[in-house]
Formats: sequence, C-alpha cells, structure tokens
Amino acid sequence: MTVQTAFRAGLLNPAHPVPEGLTDGHAQPAGRRYGVYRNNVTVSLRDALATGFPSLISLIGRENFDHVARAHLRQSPPTSPLMMHYGAGLPDFVATLEQLEHLPYLADVARIDVAMRQSYHAADSTGIDPTLLQSLDEESLLAARFGFAPSMILLRSQFSIGSIWHYSLRGGDKPSGHPEDVVILRAEYDPEPFILGTGAGDVLHALHSGTPFGEAIELGGEDFDLAALLNLLLSQHAITAVDH
Amino acid sequence: MPDASHAFPHLPHLPGVGYKAQHFTDIMTDPAPVGWLEIHAENYMGDGGRPLAQLRVLSERFPMSVHGVGLSIGGEGRLDPDHLARLKHLCDWLNPASFSEHLAWSTHDSHFLNDLLPLPYTSATLTRVADHIDEVQSLLGRRMLLENPSSYLAFAESTYSETDFLAEIVRRTGCGLLLDVNNVFVSATNLDYSPQGYIDAYPLDAVGEIHLGGHDEDEDDFGAPLLIDSHGREVVDPVWALLDYALAKSGPKPVLVEWDTDVPDWPVLADEARRASQALSRVLV
Amino acid sequence: MSKTLKTAAIVGAVAASFAAYSTTATAQAKEKCFGVSLAGQNDCAAGPGTTCAGSSTVDYQGNAWTLVDAGTCAEIELPAMADGSARTGSLEELGRDLPQG
Repeated sequence: MTVQTAFRAGLLNPAHPVPEGLTDGHAQPAGRRYGVYRNNVTVSLRDALATGFPSLISLIGRENFDHVARAHLRQSPPTSPLMMHYGAGLPDFVATLEQLEHLPYLADVARIDVAMRQSYHAADSTGIDPTLLQSLDEESLLAARFGFAPSMILLRSQFSIGSIWHYSLRGGDKPSGHPEDVVILRAEYDPEPFILGTGAGDVLHALHSGTPFGEAIELGGEDFDLAALLNLLLSQHAITAVDH
Repeated sequence: MPDASHAFPHLPHLPGVGYKAQHFTDIMTDPAPVGWLEIHAENYMGDGGRPLAQLRVLSERFPMSVHGVGLSIGGEGRLDPDHLARLKHLCDWLNPASFSEHLAWSTHDSHFLNDLLPLPYTSATLTRVADHIDEVQSLLGRRMLLENPSSYLAFAESTYSETDFLAEIVRRTGCGLLLDVNNVFVSATNLDYSPQGYIDAYPLDAVGEIHLGGHDEDEDDFGAPLLIDSHGREVVDPVWALLDYALAKSGPKPVLVEWDTDVPDWPVLADEARRASQALSRVLV
Repeated sequence: MSKTLKTAAIVGAVAASFAAYSTTATAQAKEKCFGVSLAGQNDCAAGPGTTCAGSSTVDYQGNAWTLVDAGTCAEIELPAMADGSARTGSLEELGRDLPQG
C-alpha cells in the first residue's frame, strides 16, 4: 500500500487506526495529530455542503443537516476540486434516508438549492430584444425554435417546492400543497426561482428541448397563460436566440 | 475580458489580502493600505456570473495573485488534466501577476478531500513533485510559486528536511517559493523546532511572496501544543516577529494577510494589512 | 379568431410591452458586481480544533442518527393526495446541456 493510500484510508473513517509511520516530529506516535486531518477533511466538506443548501438547513435545522451531510460526504466524497459543484448528489441521498421519509418533498426542494448555485455560476448570456418576436410573421413565429440562457434551470415536482423553498428562507404564506414547476432565471447575476403557472412547465420543457414555438404552446392546455410565460422569460433575459 | 496590455507584471512590495466577495464594495471604495489581491483559483472556475465579473473589475485596478488550493501537486497520481485545463483557462484569461500552489496533496484515487495533506520528504516524492511542477509551469507558460505547508505530524520515512526539500525543488524546476510565516510558526511549534532556524535554512532568494494568517491552539495526546492553521483570527505577535525576522533577511516582498473563516468586516482586515505595511516600511529604508 | 391568430395577438401584446425596454448587455456594468455574492467554497484554512466531526466514531454508521425536532419543516403540513397515498418525489430536471433550438 502506498503512503497516501494508507493516509487516505482513515480520513473519512474514524474507526480506522491511525496509519503507521507518523510521528510528532520526534519519537512519539502521531495519535491525535492525525485527527487534525480527519477533522479538516470532514468539517471542510460539511461546511462546503452547508454553504450550498440554505433551504434544506432551514427546513430540517443545522443539527440534522450536519448528520445528513456527514453521512453523505463519507459515502460520496467529491470527485472534483470545484467545491461549487459539490452536493449535486445530496438531494438523491436525502431521498434515501429513513429519518426523512415523512418529509417526501425535501429532496425536490434541495434540488432548488443545487440549481440556484448552478445558475449562479453559469455562463453569462444576453437576452433577445423582445421586439424580435414581434417582427416575425406568423408562420416564422410558429416555426421558431428558442435558445435559452445557460443559467435557466427548470425543475418539475409533485410537491409545492417553490412555495416551500420561499417559505423556508423568506417566510410569508405557507405552501399550499399543489404540485409546482419552478424555473430558475438569472436576469443579471442573481438567480431567482419562479413558480410557473398551469401548463407552463410543459411548454417551457418543450421549448428548451428544441420544439418549435407553435407546437410547444399547444402542450399548455386550456388554462395556460402564454403572455405570462413570455413576459417572465423576456423580462429575465432568459431567451437568448430565436431561430426561424 | 481583462486586457493583457494593462496587466500588472509583478506583485508589488505592498500588503495584499485574500479577496472575499463581501469586501468588494469596501475594496472598490477605499482599499488602503492594500495594494494587491489574492484569490483561490477554484472559486473562479465557474462558467460566468458575478464571481468572474468581480474579478474582471478588480483585475483592472489591482495586481492579482491566483492561489490554487486543489491541484494536489504532492499527489501520488498524475495531475488531473481537466483541472490543469481549467487552471490554464483562468490564468490565460486573468493574466495574474502571480500563480502559486501548495506542497501538499488533496486528491487520491479520484476523490478530492478538500484539505492540504502532508507528504514524506524523500527522493521519490521529490522527483514526483518536481515533475508535477515542471508540467504546471510548462502548461501555464509561467513560473509558479510553491508554498510551505502547515504540519501537524511528521513521516518517519522522511530523509530530507522541509527546507532542503524545497531548495532542491527550486533547483530542479526553477520555480519560486511562497513563504508562509504562519505555517512556519505552526509547524515549528507542532514538530518542536526553531522557526528562526527554519527561515535561516529557507532559500529566501526564491521567495516571491510571503503569507501571514491566524491560527487556533489545541494540544496533542501528550499535552504538547498543537496549533491549527485555521485562518480565522488576527495574526499573533510571534508570527509578526517572524515576519520581521524573514523580511530583515530577504528584503521587501509582497506580503499577504489570509483570513478565510469567520471573515471580519473590512476595517479589521485593513488593520492587519496596515500592520504588514509597517513591517515592510521597516525594511524599505 | 383562429388559434394561430390568437397566438400571434398574444405575442404581439407581450412584445409591445417590451418595446421600450433595453436589452443591451448590462453584464459589463460595474454596478452589477455589487450585489450579494455566494461564498467561495474552496479555501486553504484548517477546520477548528481536533476534536470535532472528523474523529467522532459515534455516528460513523451513516444512518445511525436520530432526527431532532428543528427547522421550518415542522410548520409545513402538506395535504395528502386525493387517494390518501403519500406523494413520492418524482422530479424532472432540465439540464443545461440539452440541445438548444
């Protein structure tokens, strides 16, 4: 076994004995000194996760979160040095925990935390001039395919995840319990989750997948409010290209 | 995009601070006495957004130092090519006055452990570290600085002192060094040697930057002092004294105050930088 | 009015409301840099002390912890589904790498 394999073995396993060959600089065994590295690894990863999950922490409290985070980081240490991306697997892990079974919405709300951070670090883009849509003839408009900002992320859930996220961090009305589709949009540098109206999630999903505009808006159903969706997307600079 | 023609070619012999985004407004309003800024490379490897926008603005006004914390130069495996590419992208874009990394490892078997882990100092590890530094310098097309670590333990198998190891790395690769005097104080206390003796043996000619930071105090199994490099408080007096000791021997250098946890309001950090400025003024005459 | 005409009318109305609104790149503007920043997550500091999380064997078995009452979830009561079954999370996520139109 190499030196680093032996050193690594105990870092995330406190039951593992302190590796051999480590000293206090003289003749004494390192003992507790190795624990400094154990602590650094665990605490730094836990704190990196904590930075990324404000709504999850609000919902279950920091003490519970620390247990969840520690179990997750020991099971799934990061595979990239970019801590800004660490935690993308935490929502799935949350969904497997017995202790949280009675809060089935938690994993989906935690996905908003993940998506907010992804959106924050996503590439910059420039929204189209809204008059561009107006300038198209009807045929071109219906055939048009839209390009979207890299910072736009659509999340669709059977739970009222947008309302829960909002309540957990900003208070206000208690969530209704209705299923919600949420789109995260970043007009400049600050991502914001928006709860979509009826049918808008289906339409936006289709548009984002490259479905022509005329075809996509048919998926919204009777109560779909096209003006509201377009208004939101345009005001948040989310549409970046119109190919017709 | 920063314009390379306006880039600052060197870090000045002034105090700098580790840049924290909450200080952006203060720094843009009244940075004195801070003359340059250092960022942790990995926090600016996203695709866009406010972090890079701030960096763009700051780099027009301040010499910048890119300080990597995730390259794992002391690792047993090969350097992560994806991470190297990200680092090159950042350095090409920002054109910083300096790039530095640590004599440590943090990635093993594709897991990133988010800590600066120690390595034994042997001819085998020396060859590996030197090869990694050659690879980085050749890819980035610039000379890098290597920082001495904070140590909490030692390896029985080490055959080099840390200073001899660093001197040999410099000789083989032509890299420069980042002398962290807090790390010297922490390691010397933890492993029971003289911090002044360490600096006497350090290849000061190669030093391109000096770091200072605060540490926590604990003790080991036998009641011996164990200092933890937490970067969460003011620099203590013995470390300021060690800065004076080093500067008296090395002459003026860019001096950076690091404060990474429990980050204070700007005036507290600016006061630390002011103290570094006073230390520099004592060797400028 | 045909469906397509109706569509065109809506789009026209929406677009008109933005006619006076400028979309020229504001991403370069310095003032946009002054907003709230998320914390950087990589640093080179050590965790505090030697005795905390990393060395604790008590909860090393990942799932051996007990939920304590805390957090705002206690205030949220969601109605059960019409058939009385608990909802299961099933979420569709749009990645950033899907084909663009």
